Amino acid sequence: PILNIHDTLKAEKWPVYRILGIKGNIIEGATEPIINKELSLKMYSMLVRIQVLDEIFYNAQRQGRISFYMQSSGEEATHIGTAAALSYSDMVLAQYREVGLLLWRGFSLQDVADQCFSNIADLGKGRQMPIHYGSRELNYQTISSPLATQMPQAVGVAYAMKLSNSQSVAICFFGEGAASEGDFHAAMNFASTLEAPVIFFCRNNGYAISTPAVEQYRGDGIVSRASGYGMHCIRVDGNDILAVYTATEQARKIALERNCPVLIEAMTYRRGHHSTSDDSTKYRSLAEINFWRDHFDPVSRFRNYLESKGWWDSSKEQSLRETEKLTVIQAMQIAEKKPKPQLDSMFEDVYKVKPPNLIKQEQELLKHIAKFPDHYNKSNH
Amino acid sequence: KKLQVNMKLSNSVFNIVTRNLSEIVEYTLPKETRRMNLFTAINDAMRVALSTDETAIVFGEDVAFGGVFRCSVGLREEFGPTRVFNTPLSEQGIAGLAIGYASMGRTAIAEIQFADYIYPAIDQLVNEASKFRYRSGNQFNCGGVTIRAPSGAVGHGGHYHSQSPEAYITHTPGLRVVIPSNPIDAKGLLLSSIRCEDPVVFFEPKALYRASVDEVPIGDYMIPLGIGKIVKVGTDVTLVGWGGQVNVLLKASEMAANLGISCEVIDLRSLIPWDTELVIQSVIKTGKLVVSHEAPKTSGFAAEISSTIQEECFLSLEAPIQRVCGYDTPFPLIFEKVMLLW
Repeated sequence: PILNIHDTLKAEKWPVYRILGIKGNIIEGATEPIINKELSLKMYSMLVRIQVLDEIFYNAQRQGRISFYMQSSGEEATHIGTAAALSYSDMVLAQYREVGLLLWRGFSLQDVADQCFSNIADLGKGRQMPIHYGSRELNYQTISSPLATQMPQAVGVAYAMKLSNSQSVAICFFGEGAASEGDFHAAMNFASTLEAPVIFFCRNNGYAISTPAVEQYRGDGIVSRASGYGMHCIRVDGNDILAVYTATEQARKIALERNCPVLIEAMTYRRGHHSTSDDSTKYRSLAEINFWRDHFDPVSRFRNYLESKGWWDSSKEQSLRETEKLTVIQAMQIAEKKPKPQLDSMFEDVYKVKPPNLIKQEQELLKHIAKFPDHYNKSNH
Repeated sequence: KKLQVNMKLSNSVFNIVTRNLSEIVEYTLPKETRRMNLFTAINDAMRVALSTDETAIVFGEDVAFGGVFRCSVGLREEFGPTRVFNTPLSEQGIAGLAIGYASMGRTAIAEIQFADYIYPAIDQLVNEASKFRYRSGNQFNCGGVTIRAPSGAVGHGGHYHSQSPEAYITHTPGLRVVIPSNPIDAKGLLLSSIRCEDPVVFFEPKALYRASVDEVPIGDYMIPLGIGKIVKVGTDVTLVGWGGQVNVLLKASEMAANLGISCEVIDLRSLIPWDTELVIQSVIKTGKLVVSHEAPKTSGFAAEISSTIQEECFLSLEAPIQRVCGYDTPFPLIFEKVMLLW
């Protein structure tokens, strides 16, 4: 009977689940997960692989060798923590800053390079910009540039898994910016009402290109929206690989057992520019970037943890980074030399079977090129 | 090969035996029929689809109780709540759900309640569904997607219950657009659309749901996509339309007959890819073409047909191609009869 219009901003903020302290120590009260040495070192080497790949490919774009690239600097733990906790049968519907899951599942650095160089070995047949990876074999759906479109699709994938009793989940990744799209709302709502085993993993990295989080939403991040949909949720420290791992493992268990969605909001920081088309020093300070690098780097945090267990040291570090660097450079050199896809692939796969209008257009194109061969550089085809 | 098929159409019967629909030449219909209207025929098609494909599901707003146009009556009772269900009110969600479900090699039959509300789904249809196979290098596809939507004028629909938005969708390589004009075609075309390995948008002329009645074959049959039909043979002028407009063209051709003009009426049935050969051969014969649709004239699908026929039949044309279409206004309730030139 008492009129009370709630100011939801006055409510307590959602807590952040964390296991590893900044120095790689298990924080008080946390349960150290049981991850054996082999798995731990695989996780660590994958973190390093992402870093090495990102640095070399970013520079390759700067040198004009590839047209475009996006780094995952600062967010590596969100890739590998989730990847290690999932099954290979779980379908990944990523946004564009999640290459680590592909690497974990066996996508080679050569596969990465082939896609970025749009050569004949690219599984995507050279049709999309660099970093738009996809692999049927590794259950990672091909990236598309529009944001959040993968989210309601992930619900459809999960619903299919539920109906076929595949004991797998779908997981979709998105940033806090993409979470403003209508597709986010549609997906969350559908996942709940249709009881779909899907994990919604939000990388809240503080920026959507130049737009800081404070201009993206006013509520308590993305996790606070879950209760509006009647959904399980957790907020984790995205730079703590062990927290990401254990939260994802648990989320998967809940999703499968109860046929329901789970939202994970991983708080992290985008250290790199949005892409090679962006210069983020135009909208944030170098001091801010360096602060996150010096104090909250997920890779060094995990390295400290491994060193404290006696599983890692600086000579192993040096050796690993050298090996990764050589492999990346070699993959890039090989990719650069491979020919580009043949022209006869351009009109394939628009439909399952090429229809009359495309047959006609292809013939027109080939006739045109045959008539003016000097205008079309055929050296790569 | 195509020409031979079309000449047989007037007295032939149709039955597809393979899923590779673009290679079909001959087809036959089952002989036993039952009197059905358009929504019953569509209902029957979905029943056949759900019976023959255990992965098939039907969903959208209000489909559970039978649908606002009764197209899904009885399906939930027969096939259960996990396969026939309501979704929340979100066209972008419906389209995204369909794409994701189909990407797992399964069959998604989604309903958009009115074609007028398809626009929130356009991003999913244009940026995702149409490019799903191509962008993945054929690793993935969502061919199992069929989106059904009632379209067209209904007598009192006004701006938002009368639209024919096919032109927005036909401008999208990778999608198929199919529009039946009668119950027999509707059932066969819908089954082809559902089983086709490309995403299909299937527009159903809502004014015909009850009004169009025919003896529709019982059981399973398909009518090929991408192939039109000559519904009336003539010699003086070719009239091309689809959906509700086919009956209008037939009526116009009766009136023209009184003036001594023999019209050939073509029901296009599929808008993309469309049966250019059928129309080309007809225009070579008649030398004149009229294309007619309810949708506004500017950038309507008649523009695509006119342009193609002008390219292909320039020397056969004896007069400019005419487009008889809706005016370039939002659909005005009070002026519907004028808009449709009935």
